[in-house]
Amino acid sequence: MPAPQCASCHAARAALRRPRSGQALCGACFCTAFEAEVLHTVLAGRLLPPGAVVAVGASGGKDSTVLAHVLRELAPRLGVSLRLVAVDEGIGGYRDAALAAVRRQAARWDLPLTIVAYADLFGGWTMDAVARSTAGTGRSRACCTFCGVLRRRALEEGARLVGATHIVTGHNADDMAETVLMNFLRGDAGRLARGGGLGSRGEGGALPRCRPLQLASQKEVVLYAHFRRLDYFSEECVYAPEAFRGHARHLLKLLEAARPSAALDLVHSAERLALAPAARPPPPGACSRCGALASRALCQACALLNGLQRGRPRLAIGKGRGGRDEEGPPPPASDPGSAPDPAAGHCGAACKERCG
Amino acid sequence: PKPFLDDINRPRSGPPTHRCSHELKCVKCKEGLPVIVIRAGDAFCRDCFRAFYIHKFRAVLGKNRLIFPGEKVLLAWSGGPSSSSMVWQVLEGLSRDSAKRLRFVPGVVYVDEGAACGQSWKDRARTLADVKSILQTTGFPWHIVALEEVFALPPSVLRCSAQEPVGTIGTYKVAVDSFLQQQHTLVAEGVGGSPNSTPGEEQLSQPCTQDPQDLAGPPPADQTEALSRLFDSVKTLTAKEELLQTLRTHLILHMARTHGYSKVMTGDSCTRLAIKLMTGLALGRGAFLAWDTGFSDERHGSVVVVRPMREHTLKEVAFYNRLFAVPSVFTPAIDTKAPEKASIHRLMEGFLLRLQAQFPSTVSTVYRTSEKLVKAPRDGCASGPRCLLCMCLLDVDTADSATAFGAQTQDCSQMQSPTPPAEAPTVPCCSTEVGRAQNCAQAQLCSHREDSRACVIEQLCYSCRVNMKDVPSLDPLPPYILAEAQLRSQRYGLATWLGECWRGPSRHWPPWGRVPRVWLPPGPRRRSRSIWWRAVTMTCTPAGAEPGCPRSRRARMGRQHVIV
Repeated sequence: MPAPQCASCHAARAALRRPRSGQALCGACFCTAFEAEVLHTVLAGRLLPPGAVVAVGASGGKDSTVLAHVLRELAPRLGVSLRLVAVDEGIGGYRDAALAAVRRQAARWDLPLTIVAYADLFGGWTMDAVARSTAGTGRSRACCTFCGVLRRRALEEGARLVGATHIVTGHNADDMAETVLMNFLRGDAGRLARGGGLGSRGEGGALPRCRPLQLASQKEVVLYAHFRRLDYFSEECVYAPEAFRGHARHLLKLLEAARPSAALDLVHSAERLALAPAARPPPPGACSRCGALASRALCQACALLNGLQRGRPRLAIGKGRGGRDEEGPPPPASDPGSAPDPAAGHCGAACKERCG
Repeated sequence: PKPFLDDINRPRSGPPTHRCSHELKCVKCKEGLPVIVIRAGDAFCRDCFRAFYIHKFRAVLGKNRLIFPGEKVLLAWSGGPSSSSMVWQVLEGLSRDSAKRLRFVPGVVYVDEGAACGQSWKDRARTLADVKSILQTTGFPWHIVALEEVFALPPSVLRCSAQEPVGTIGTYKVAVDSFLQQQHTLVAEGVGGSPNSTPGEEQLSQPCTQDPQDLAGPPPADQTEALSRLFDSVKTLTAKEELLQTLRTHLILHMARTHGYSKVMTGDSCTRLAIKLMTGLALGRGAFLAWDTGFSDERHGSVVVVRPMREHTLKEVAFYNRLFAVPSVFTPAIDTKAPEKASIHRLMEGFLLRLQAQFPSTVSTVYRTSEKLVKAPRDGCASGPRCLLCMCLLDVDTADSATAFGAQTQDCSQMQSPTPPAEAPTVPCCSTEVGRAQNCAQAQLCSHREDSRACVIEQLCYSCRVNMKDVPSLDPLPPYILAEAQLRSQRYGLATWLGECWRGPSRHWPPWGRVPRVWLPPGPRRRSRSIWWRAVTMTCTPAGAEPGCPRSRRARMGRQHVIV
């Protein structure tokens, strides 16, 4: 049986059915529809004002590749200019291959690329070194915690280097759905209160961040990359299998089988969650060491690095532990941390937990 | 307490230390032989466990101070372990000595859902006989209702009746003190049988004659068939479970209202509430989680739903029922023997229980997160239209399209734009030949049906809308839902139209509340109204009125008052 006609141009044969609506579309019309929806999200949410210099967090994975491509198409209409910022965490055998993909993309699209490395920013601590340090304590999953927080700092540093005014990351609807499930399972009321919007406005001097792909499902992102023949890096981080996000991801796949709109329903729930004022994160101040956004005396990145330097890598991780104040009693209740980590792409499942 | 992340990172591998069983003692009294291990390794002996369990029940009731002395409370009993345990606790609580006795007047209701689950009348009758025998031993006034009675419910069930002011701690204390004083005066004057009886007690001690329904015969066959037709037409198990829950809630509320109960107690345990919370998230009910899983649920106005078992885990309930022989009845539910991937409820249940086996604090963490939720919309506007089915404030905002809801509706409108709308023609067709009028009537009835579906869907919250996508036709729904939908859309349509013509003080219109404009899209609303009227005018007067003519519109409004 031949494929039906494309529902929008009625000329070409349909190549796919959109997962969301079941509408049959040809490749070109689907890509146009996808771009139109991203444009609508950006305009309706007033995410990127005209004249903004936008730093795209590029990791070489499918989400950030699609994001960069779409924004490049839409840049003339939005009146923004793009810069690519890639973060090198120093994970051997994974990150260098991903960075090669980013370099190819930058060359093809003729966008300025800046690479910031953990080794330069954080005094020689690469992710492999962190993993070695935390592995001794018998809890190797903690290295994903470090990666997420430090990447957020690195991205912000990179964005400031290129003189950007906004940061965008390629989180899609499935990522946000997994994040809300995970935050509920872990009881992280602070992140639940912060999440749900399309990004953060940028308080206390931090750059505003947003996620234009938030309302696009992962399947559509992959299909877009396929139809536009984009070149991206699709392997998993070596530390990914131990992360908690894997449980949430598995659950989301099952939910989508039972109800196809499960990811968007979860995003809607996240938007509408009402948490008690006491559970919300405290108003942010500045870190005493680096001057970045922080709710305590030390920002999360400085606290984690502090713990690493002192040889006590679990110092600032978990609730009720010290290390986040330079002196004074350990902080109560939930883990405030810094604002969500905007890093994109395939850096392993748990990295995105910091972004939620 | 240990930080949660430790538990995540180190899954439980077994009991901490293996000691000989005669050395392990109850952690509370340090003497008795332990029979159960709950929480994270606390071993309790039989008596301490019983005291702990009962204390938790009383503490939850006492802490929240919502149930006033002498109040009539309806216990919703499903026959399952949690609700049986709750009924048993209430029974025990009422029979204690005067100082610690529970002070409300209970009744029990059991909803027979056999028709929705596809059971034959023989099986249902057998179950009902067991149910009846258990209910008679409790001694409370009991009611057994079949789910088929939803087809006889009035539309007033869906209206949020005027809320009584919530009692503050001050009024609660005053009420309790006056109740105790009344009791003392009764004792002092020697009124009543036993020295500790109160008017409520006397009511209870009478033999139970309050069963209104004769259980000899099955409910009317057409209702049973209508119910099974409704549930067969729903495509997915998720939507079936949600629909069943909605109908059951409406039925219990109706029972409570007609028999004068002001509170309803349901036996949701901690585990069940954690599962319900996660399921609610996945269904899009993030805005309403505090009402769905909190201790008290005041959405329905005069009747408040209370969950006293919310701090008992399912394990404690199961062991208590076994150790102290609490009677319960097994009834197959709509998802019995369904595969795990069949519905979102089953998936969440399986997921959470499996995760709990690996990380033992999962359920309590989710429960604690639910305690941090508040009953307020995120953006702060606390009044507005309520969902037709679940009676929560609508959480869809058609104005803001940079949201998940906006993304889905935008898609639908893009999909429908290529196909030309087969809606009502602009030519008034009532004035031509019969044949054309008949065709027009049919086309208009079809578009009227689509419009009636659209007008019901518009009045639903996000999660109810997603559920209704799995219900292909709204006709099998019970008539009270459709009637109330019709009534509301007419009222709001009338309010909008009159609000436009009204030059007077607009803050007094409409008198039943604020009508925000956002949820009434202009196009289909006016079309549906005019079509509805065209259908009615065709049946009333063949030479109907032109639409748009002001005089005929006024005349139609006059007729509207007559019909409505």
